[in-house]
Amino acid sequence: MEPARKPTHSKEQRVTPPERKHAKKIKKPAFSKKLKESFSGYLFMSPTIFTIGVFIVIPIIYALFLSFNDVQLLGGTSYQFVGLENYTRFADDKRAIIALKNTAEYVLIVVPIQTFLALLLAAALNSNIKGKNIFRIIFFLPTVTSSAVLTLIFMWMYYPDGLINQFLSFLHLPTYDWLSNPEIALKSIMIMNIWATAPFFMVIYLAAMQDISDSIYEAATIDGANWWQKFIFITVPILKPVTFFVVVMGVIGTFQLFDQSYIFSGGSGGPNNSTLTIVLLIYQYAFRSLDMGYASALAVALAVLIMVVTIIQKKFFGEEKLHD
Amino acid sequence: MKKKLTKTIVYSILILYAVITFIPFLWAILSSFKPLSEIVAADITFFPENFTFNNYLEVFSREPLFLRWMFNSIFITTCMVLLNIFFNSMAGYALARIRFAGRKFWFFLVLLVLMIPFQVTLIPSYLILKELGWLNTYQGLIVPGMVNATFIFMMRQFFINFPKELEEAAQMDGLSRFGTFFRIVMPLAKPALAAQAVFIFMASWNDFMRPLIIMSEEEMFTLTLGLNSFKGQYISFWNLIMAASALMTLPSLLIYAFFNRYFIKGVTFTGGK
Repeated sequence: MEPARKPTHSKEQRVTPPERKHAKKIKKPAFSKKLKESFSGYLFMSPTIFTIGVFIVIPIIYALFLSFNDVQLLGGTSYQFVGLENYTRFADDKRAIIALKNTAEYVLIVVPIQTFLALLLAAALNSNIKGKNIFRIIFFLPTVTSSAVLTLIFMWMYYPDGLINQFLSFLHLPTYDWLSNPEIALKSIMIMNIWATAPFFMVIYLAAMQDISDSIYEAATIDGANWWQKFIFITVPILKPVTFFVVVMGVIGTFQLFDQSYIFSGGSGGPNNSTLTIVLLIYQYAFRSLDMGYASALAVALAVLIMVVTIIQKKFFGEEKLHD
Repeated sequence: MKKKLTKTIVYSILILYAVITFIPFLWAILSSFKPLSEIVAADITFFPENFTFNNYLEVFSREPLFLRWMFNSIFITTCMVLLNIFFNSMAGYALARIRFAGRKFWFFLVLLVLMIPFQVTLIPSYLILKELGWLNTYQGLIVPGMVNATFIFMMRQFFINFPKELEEAAQMDGLSRFGTFFRIVMPLAKPALAAQAVFIFMASWNDFMRPLIIMSEEEMFTLTLGLNSFKGQYISFWNLIMAASALMTLPSLLIYAFFNRYFIKGVTFTGGK
């Protein structure tokens, strides 16, 4: 499961700690009581401590270790320290540069479009219309469906004689070789993912929009503002922190593109490396070529990149209240 | 007049996008009811001319493992949901309510884990599971995912605002911490647990990358992996692939239909997919 992130954890700092009240009532907690509390605390925490310890903390340390070693998996695992070699190898790795380029292109095109689309749909849904719920339920369908199924449905529609090309030729528009033209394949995945993710972010926008007080809009209406003006001059500025959040989440999500590329290309990243992404490349190095040291270095680099983005987001907008 | 125009535009946007969202699903479902002859025919038909239910049966007869994959997915997902609900809530409760030594540290660790992209733990986790002999086992997929930092955090926020009087009354009546938690606190946390359950279900049911790495034996595939390998084998039999896809999506849709309001709550909380 992907680590979902919480936009802000600032709220709990404002909540008065429950300790204070407690401390007043029992002036000097008996030592045995404290011990008992600690015991039940650790009892409640034990599954979490075990799982996070064994499958997150140790792996992170292990990943750092691997990234400085040449790892041989044949007949037991053996390591040879190679220093920074795995990190510097990146610069001469043609496929890594292609993967980075593809991923960057993917992020730069998908994030702005899906953010804009999400905002537009949320604004439309938030206006005074009938059938809100039906629209919301339909829009949300792709979010519920697995990426594997969505990719298969789109591959079927992208077929040379498939639904999309038939529709395009019906409109006398040019048709494309969506699946096997290296110029197009990545764009096919982009279209699919924008379609699938925009409604997800729409829900986040929608929740924030419902928090905007009606009186602001009413005042604007009295001043003669129309729907569009209210949208541009009231909604968009108020939603700035949400937009920032949606963009950051979008960047992180798109950086991690894997399932769709894998299924689309049968794991190869083809045609002609056009759908090769960073995570797919890490997968290939680690589990196809069994080059775990280099793959770990790439994974660590990706993680650092993503964490920097997350920290920037938290630094700037940690105090903003995004939702209830 | 102007208001009417705005309304028309808004409705047009919504209806257009609803159609765009819905057509791929409709197309997939309709294809799953078409015989192969209609799938490969040069001029496509949108609605099936010879409606058939056979594809659904053929999925099972052509791929005897399909039933096994269904079982694997159901079993793994059920375990994940149950374990997560209990463990995340327990941890969230401890972090919110129990004053134990090192509480701040563990809370900080949970927040830290929230920020770490799972790809970095992928390779070492694989090596650890290999060392444990847990590759191609259910526990290999279940145990590493039996807690989730996002939902620990969510449950902590939930319990912090939880009325304290109830617990105090229960403790007066002589219930232990554990008893209070399971008999008083958990039943009252149902909405939060439901939101959690729905999200864990979706994440586990739809997960592709972790099973791909951990399960290499065909019998241990989950439905997502099975579907991918099914596609590889029957690449031009799109009627079958679509039928198999529909079978896989049906449980998610049912859960979505029943728990739709928890989804919206969960999305606004978790933020990232």
